[in-house]
Amino acid sequence: MNSSIIIISLTLIFAIYLGVRAKKGREMKLEQWAVAERNFGSIIMFVLMAGEMFSTFVFLGASGGAYRMGGPTIYVFCALTYVIPFWILPPIWRYAKEHNLITQSDFFAKKYNSQGLGLLVAAIGVISIIPYIVLQLKGFQIIVSEASYGMIPPKIAVWIGLIAVTIFVYISGIHGSAWTAVLKDILMITVILFMGFYLPQHYYGGIKPMFEALDKAKPGFLLIPDKGLSISWYVSICMTIALGQYMWPHCFGASLSSKNETALRKNTAILPLYQIVLVFILFIGFTAVLQIPNLQGTATDLALFKIAKASLPPWFVGVIGAAGLLAALIPCSLLILTAATLLSKNIYKQIKPDTPDKKLAKITRTLVPIIAIVSLIFTFYGGNTMVALLTMAYSFVLQLFPPLAFSLMRKNPVSKIGASIGMIAGVSIVAYQTLAGTTMATMFPRAPHLIQDLDIGVVAITVNTIVMLAVSLFTKKAVAVQKEPISQTGNL
Amino acid sequence: MKKWIALLTILPAIGSLTVVNRIEPYVFGLPFIVFWSTLWLILTSVCLITCNFIYDRKEQNK
Repeated sequence: MNSSIIIISLTLIFAIYLGVRAKKGREMKLEQWAVAERNFGSIIMFVLMAGEMFSTFVFLGASGGAYRMGGPTIYVFCALTYVIPFWILPPIWRYAKEHNLITQSDFFAKKYNSQGLGLLVAAIGVISIIPYIVLQLKGFQIIVSEASYGMIPPKIAVWIGLIAVTIFVYISGIHGSAWTAVLKDILMITVILFMGFYLPQHYYGGIKPMFEALDKAKPGFLLIPDKGLSISWYVSICMTIALGQYMWPHCFGASLSSKNETALRKNTAILPLYQIVLVFILFIGFTAVLQIPNLQGTATDLALFKIAKASLPPWFVGVIGAAGLLAALIPCSLLILTAATLLSKNIYKQIKPDTPDKKLAKITRTLVPIIAIVSLIFTFYGGNTMVALLTMAYSFVLQLFPPLAFSLMRKNPVSKIGASIGMIAGVSIVAYQTLAGTTMATMFPRAPHLIQDLDIGVVAITVNTIVMLAVSLFTKKAVAVQKEPISQTGNL
Repeated sequence: MKKWIALLTILPAIGSLTVVNRIEPYVFGLPFIVFWSTLWLILTSVCLITCNFIYDRKEQNK
């Protein structure tokens, strides 16, 4: 059992070493710290982009989802996810480079020529990021205490992990995240592929026999059911993920650190193949269903560790723990970095526009430990509100998609007022539904399942788009009339 | 307008789900629905890589 603790500790130390070393004599101006002066090549970009894909959610949540939900869990590897970024990231990158933008909020503010809109986007971003960090930390607690066979208490584990992240984010910025992401990906892929093959082999003598046994014991478990997690749910959740993934401020921000747009396009083209690794995570969860029965509720997230401990030696559980630990810390580092940049550059600087760049860079880095501590407090005392917030967060960031997509068109039909009101409408719907605990099914009890099973994000984004276009129809004209009354009447 | 019509291709993609939502036949040891969604990861990648290739060629000819 000590062997697993030794492996976990060594990995953590090695990760801190890599993260700190990544600075390598660079002077950490804000642009260097946050987007590496747009100088990351293809390979490091690939690891960084793929790194966001493999977080604790995938490690614990996807295997747990397979255990709990069965077939519908295939939503975690939806082919659509990287089609959208393939088309939108290159023009975003080009525009950001042209105007020296380093955050998502910068992008909106510039495109719509409105600091207010930038503030709104930054606020939505930060509100969504904090629960996401908390989720990673909660995952981190579970992973370390499970992998150390309960010998490292969860609270102490979180402190250590968070201090580690704070150190390398503070010192190396995004360089730290990129370098540690390399280590993480190697470990994760090895562990997942091995367990995905080995566990079904060990218990059933192969992947096919495992599925056959499961289908026999629980008929229909592997299929998408007629209602509830139905096809309509599946399609809407896939859309939420595909459109929303790169609306997360940290994903958006990280993609700006690419050296050129070719690297971005190449990477998004290959990433669907990389998602095949997720199929193997499902195998792990499916194997656990009949072998480790009776896990209920949140305990289902432990499926992976329970079955690993039942069939593998402690040192290997340590390796799994090491991979899981990095899966929590690397996304965490990017999230903290992004939140710090948003808070300083897009919120603080808007309030105090005369802040010199050097001071701003300093403030940004000082925010790193502060955000870390705030997240820690929420992790310990947030309770279930955090879970509710996180479900909201996914649908929140999705609301940024319509104004972004329209801003990429040659003639943007959306006005800044339209964009703001649309986003506020979308965000309000999500917030109301989550806080009031209603679903589409309780709000429309007579509607067909096709409607009832829809993911709330998709409903909100539809309302958002309609409101946005409707408001823009009026506001755009009003603004234009004020500016050029003569030519406008000529057009009428 | 052409772009918008292209978006309609998503309808048969959604419709096909009702047909492929099945266990039999197993392909490479996977239930058909799992195989199908994995297959599309590969096909999507192939499509995007092709797009990329065409795009690069166009850029060079400019």
